[in-house]
Amino acid sequence: MSALWLIFRRELALAWSGGGGPLLAIGFYAAVATLVPLSTDPSTHNLAAVATGVAWVALALASLLSLERMFERDFEDGALDLLMLGPPSGEAVAAAKCLAHWTAAGAPLALAAPLAAIALGAPPALAPLIFITAAIGGVAFAFVGGTGAALALGSRRGGLIIAVIVLPLLSPPVILGGGALTAFAAGLSWQTGLLLLSAYTLGAAALCPFFMAAACRNALS
Amino acid sequence: MIVSLGVQGLAVRRGERRLFEDFNLAAAAGEAITLTGPNGAGKTSLLRAIAGFIRPETGAITFAGADGALEPEEARRGGVHLLGHQDALKSNRTARDELLFQVRWTGGDEAAALAAAETLGLARLLGLAVRHLSAGQRRRLALARLLASPRPLWLLDEPLAPLDAQNRALFGELMAAHLAGGGLVVAAVHDPLPVAARGVELGA
Repeated sequence: MSALWLIFRRELALAWSGGGGPLLAIGFYAAVATLVPLSTDPSTHNLAAVATGVAWVALALASLLSLERMFERDFEDGALDLLMLGPPSGEAVAAAKCLAHWTAAGAPLALAAPLAAIALGAPPALAPLIFITAAIGGVAFAFVGGTGAALALGSRRGGLIIAVIVLPLLSPPVILGGGALTAFAAGLSWQTGLLLLSAYTLGAAALCPFFMAAACRNALS
Repeated sequence: MIVSLGVQGLAVRRGERRLFEDFNLAAAAGEAITLTGPNGAGKTSLLRAIAGFIRPETGAITFAGADGALEPEEARRGGVHLLGHQDALKSNRTARDELLFQVRWTGGDEAAALAAAETLGLARLLGLAVRHLSAGQRRRLALARLLASPRPLWLLDEPLAPLDAQNRALFGELMAAHLAGGGLVVAAVHDPLPVAARGVELGA
């Protein structure tokens, strides 16, 4: 356990150093959320209708940003050898990396998401649910995204490949999270969407570490 | 824990090419092996196969402890240091942060890390970012984890290439101490190791 805490803290320190990971993700998120009213009819009524959807799409895009560095940096400088050799298993290392990635990027984005949605005209009463769905969905983004990052190891232009692999897999959380918000705004039952989103996240957290560890071993062999 | 290493009938293939086949090696505690051979003979691949990263085409790699054979995966997790061409150091972190991480990750503690840094003449450099260190200083920083977290089997790939004569001699003494304490060393080299070692030629 202490070894996993060690790698978690190291990943956080690396995310903050050299390029200020969380601030970068939030800046990108704000930029995408701002582009939407600029590109369409900025009347309050129109924007309010798509506010939560925009918040979720921007979330999915922003969570792609730092994925490339998740395994690639350790692969390039040889540290992945050290990490995979243990003592903790490769699966545990991958899971710790994903949780650190969520803490560094996903959690700050979940805090920014209600702000962006309300700025676009979503009702303030939605804010807590936006935060909760974004926080839960962000964990799924981190684990699924980490799988894409591990699969793209060693390929040039890994960032693009990761985006192409990962974005389709992010559509279920986007549908479920956005759906829960729409239902809540319409006064319908929103719990189902939240539960399904949580189920997707748990499934990703349970399965993806195995995929990531296998992909890392493959890249190192 | 690991007191002997055995390689039996090993064949390793990289892509279309078989690097070597029917390769045998036995090493016991206190013994150093140097792997020599031309570029591309498979020295690095053999080290990575022993560390468990490359799956051999045929043959077996076995580890034994004082009480008999060890499960290979278990033996590797706590018993092997692999130092490849790269130093596994992050260039924008300080030498101190990177050394402490590597040592703690491999099972050592802070006091041992600082003592190893002192031994290798790194104490004054610990506050610097890794990118400000020379190649030789970075290599000494990577070697410090071998001293600070005790693991019996050292797999070294050209360990001394960036080091100057004085530091080569120093690391020779440290390897001799590791061997005297029951350790094993398998090193891929072009220049002889500064410690008594048995030579094995690959690709001959």
